[in-house]
Amino acid sequence: MEATSAGAMGAPRPDLYRKRTRRSTGEAAIRYALLAAALISILTTTGIVISLLEETVKFFGHVGIGDYLFGTKWTPLSGGRSQSFGVVPLVFDTLYLTGIGLLVAVPFGVGSAIYLSEYASPRVRKTLKPILEVLSGVPTIVFGYFALTFVTPTILKGLGLEVGSFNALSAGLVLGVLVLPTIATVADDALGAVPGSLREGAFGLGASRMQVSLRVVFPAALSGVVAALVLGASRAIGETVIILVAGGQTTNLTLDPAQAMQNMAAFIAAASRADIPTSGPEYGAIFAVGTTLFLMTLLLNAISIRFVRKYRQVYE
Amino acid sequence: MNTVAEASLSRKVVERASTGQRTRDLMFRLALLASLSMGFVVLAALVIDVVSDGASKLSLDFLTSFPSRISPENTGVESALIGTVYLMILCALFIVPVGVATAVYLEEYANRESRLSRLIEVNIQNLAAVPSVVYGILGLAFIVRGPLGLGPVLLAGALTLGLLVLPVVIIVSREAIRAVPSSIREGSLALGATQWQTIWKHVLPGALPGVATGVILALSRAIGETAPLLVIGAATFARFNPEGITDRFTAMPLAIFEFISDADTDFRAAGAAAILVLLALLVVMNAGAIFLRNRYERKW
Amino acid sequence: MSEERAERATEPEGATPEVVGAPVIQTEAKGQRPEAGRRNTIYELDDVGVSYGGVPAVREVDFPIYENEITALIGPSGCGKSTLIRCLNRMNDLIPTAEVTGKVVYHGQNLYDDSIDPVQVRKRIGMVFQKPNPFPKSIYDNIAFGPRVLGTKGDMDEIVENALRRGALWDEVKDRLKANAFGMSGGQQQRLCIARALATNPDVVLMDEPCSALDPISTGRIEDLMFELKEDYSIVIVTHNMQQAARVSNMTAFFTVELDADEKHRTGRVIEYDDTEKVFTNPSDERTEAYVTGKVG
Repeated sequence: MEATSAGAMGAPRPDLYRKRTRRSTGEAAIRYALLAAALISILTTTGIVISLLEETVKFFGHVGIGDYLFGTKWTPLSGGRSQSFGVVPLVFDTLYLTGIGLLVAVPFGVGSAIYLSEYASPRVRKTLKPILEVLSGVPTIVFGYFALTFVTPTILKGLGLEVGSFNALSAGLVLGVLVLPTIATVADDALGAVPGSLREGAFGLGASRMQVSLRVVFPAALSGVVAALVLGASRAIGETVIILVAGGQTTNLTLDPAQAMQNMAAFIAAASRADIPTSGPEYGAIFAVGTTLFLMTLLLNAISIRFVRKYRQVYE
Repeated sequence: MNTVAEASLSRKVVERASTGQRTRDLMFRLALLASLSMGFVVLAALVIDVVSDGASKLSLDFLTSFPSRISPENTGVESALIGTVYLMILCALFIVPVGVATAVYLEEYANRESRLSRLIEVNIQNLAAVPSVVYGILGLAFIVRGPLGLGPVLLAGALTLGLLVLPVVIIVSREAIRAVPSSIREGSLALGATQWQTIWKHVLPGALPGVATGVILALSRAIGETAPLLVIGAATFARFNPEGITDRFTAMPLAIFEFISDADTDFRAAGAAAILVLLALLVVMNAGAIFLRNRYERKW
Repeated sequence: MSEERAERATEPEGATPEVVGAPVIQTEAKGQRPEAGRRNTIYELDDVGVSYGGVPAVREVDFPIYENEITALIGPSGCGKSTLIRCLNRMNDLIPTAEVTGKVVYHGQNLYDDSIDPVQVRKRIGMVFQKPNPFPKSIYDNIAFGPRVLGTKGDMDEIVENALRRGALWDEVKDRLKANAFGMSGGQQQRLCIARALATNPDVVLMDEPCSALDPISTGRIEDLMFELKEDYSIVIVTHNMQQAARVSNMTAFFTVELDADEKHRTGRVIEYDDTEKVFTNPSDERTEAYVTGKVG
């Protein structure tokens, strides 16, 4: 394979062929090592799916899937006859708490984004935007503490509302504060992506800044803003600690925000600390709820990506 | 007839806007500013609340005592603080090589169009959206029990948290690597260096500040997480310091959780103090990240 | 400059020109032609200057702009033509570092007076930009945007149709008014932007290099359109295309960059302002001549 014969002109022909040297085997080895690292992400997803599915399948051996999906009594940790695995209240509470959170996070988050993008001067933006970043860096346990020891006693009782020490309103409101920076940041990016020429055209027609923001910029950025909302919702649905600390341990199928409520993630955390045998259905319930939660967030994530792709406005 | 012409072609050619319109514009602007201020107000309230509740309990004793079930005056966070620091170190030892290697593979080696690359990328995107509690389940099933069977020990906690924040490290590292101009790579390759030599000697050093910032941010997130550690069964109360990676442990978020779950307000105050310690740690880390970014960030 | 001004019989500065007859109400009468030889001034630029962040871009701009005529601003790049035209409708307000000095007197009012609301200014003065910038909405909604924002009452369908007719676009789009504006070609998009500006029934239409991003055929159509529009509107156009300026405009202002008295900065200035025919065939300044004959820039 090695061409060492001299060429017709007299100079030796350079050997350009790929050689199996230690160096090139080393390069190949490195490539495979890097690939192995990259495959860890796939392994992680596979691991999540397997760890969830295995016990979930076992669980549905004990409890009928219909009873789980449509049952309206969720008392998995009760003994004897009163034990029931209908997940509807748990899912309802999860969505209810998320709903309260979004009621706060959406208007304040989108409002912040519009202000930062359309009204704030570059200097103001530089000072105010970090506040959002700081807020998003606060550990959730701190928010849980805040909800339990400040929002519930001081704010809510201070307003004269009759709420329990653990209540959905407190947990939901703080959940909204947690999610607000996510919505604001992604929405701000979406608004910023709208080209300046559109704003110029609108201003040139004599529109006020409010009209330009609401009638031209916001509609143009709509798909990105919706993606922000879906992202925020996804984050809120999976949040554990705030609900665990401030929302309570009971699952209530009720519309009364003064009641205690628990969401899927908080249940998983609480139940995994409880002393339960790994053979019983209670243990499997943790995984069944985990699967439900996982599927819900996966679905929301997929919707968010799809939505952005489908409705993104073409500017050019 | 076009009333625009009627209205405006009067003596005073350019008129002031109607008060209604002006009020609406002003109200709108104020409402938006209020939205933004809300975040600030809540942040301030939170800090004031925690400081007022917990500052009195902060002391050197607090940092060097083990937690106490009996006496809120003598309780402390030594075990939790040590646990958090160990977790952080172990986690970093995991996420840096794996995260950077993944980023290098995706940016420098992989064929962008191949199904494998796209599968990996979609995976990373999805993993970033999975709730932290599900990572806890993963850790419980595979690391604490199952194949690795380590039990609820430091290594298990570090790996679980590591898997949680790995997508962050990968995404940030990819951006940092991408920011290195191709002219640098071309120059190196033209001199006869191999691909890996180019990456190791030129690309990675160039991407280092961005990667370091990303790693610090990922670690900040990791040490603030409570849910995965709860699920894998880590202790919320420990009167000992972990000695090795296969020792049981507790960590700051868990200790805080334990304190504030107590109905006694004194213990809750200890929780507030512990929060202050955790926040101090996070402030130091993030300040370090910002310092790194400002000092070493290269504008290519 | 001052000799030129003495030669022309213009309105005395500050007077509000009344078109012959009672205050105008009907659109048709807006363009009522004054008697031969008498021109109405709609803008009087009085020592206007603009700087960005302290650095002067254009200075000492001082000339009138006449009603129902096309006034062209020509000159090499970077001499302040676009900067100046954006003063005429206070678009420079949108740039935080821009400072405007002097007076821009429009129908007797200084547009830069403290009591004037820039939003109101822009309702009377339309603008068309270099790169067509239709909104990502339907053709109908693009045209309707201005009148809606203005709070115009009346049959919107009729207003849209009128604007599209005046913009010479109606026949091409009348069957697809609900289609997205981005489906149109570049030339059509620009005519849409012109029609959009006309929909608010402005007094003046400012055009900042409206054809530079378009092909020659679209350019020709827009130039024809400008002639038609001249009947009802006053047009100010910035252009790099000298043939276009020569063909289309009544008055031409030539801008170029000059070294300041302090010998430190080069700022844009108007060197010559006169009837187009004179500027192109017999310019007074040698720099103008160099530019229009193609020797320079």
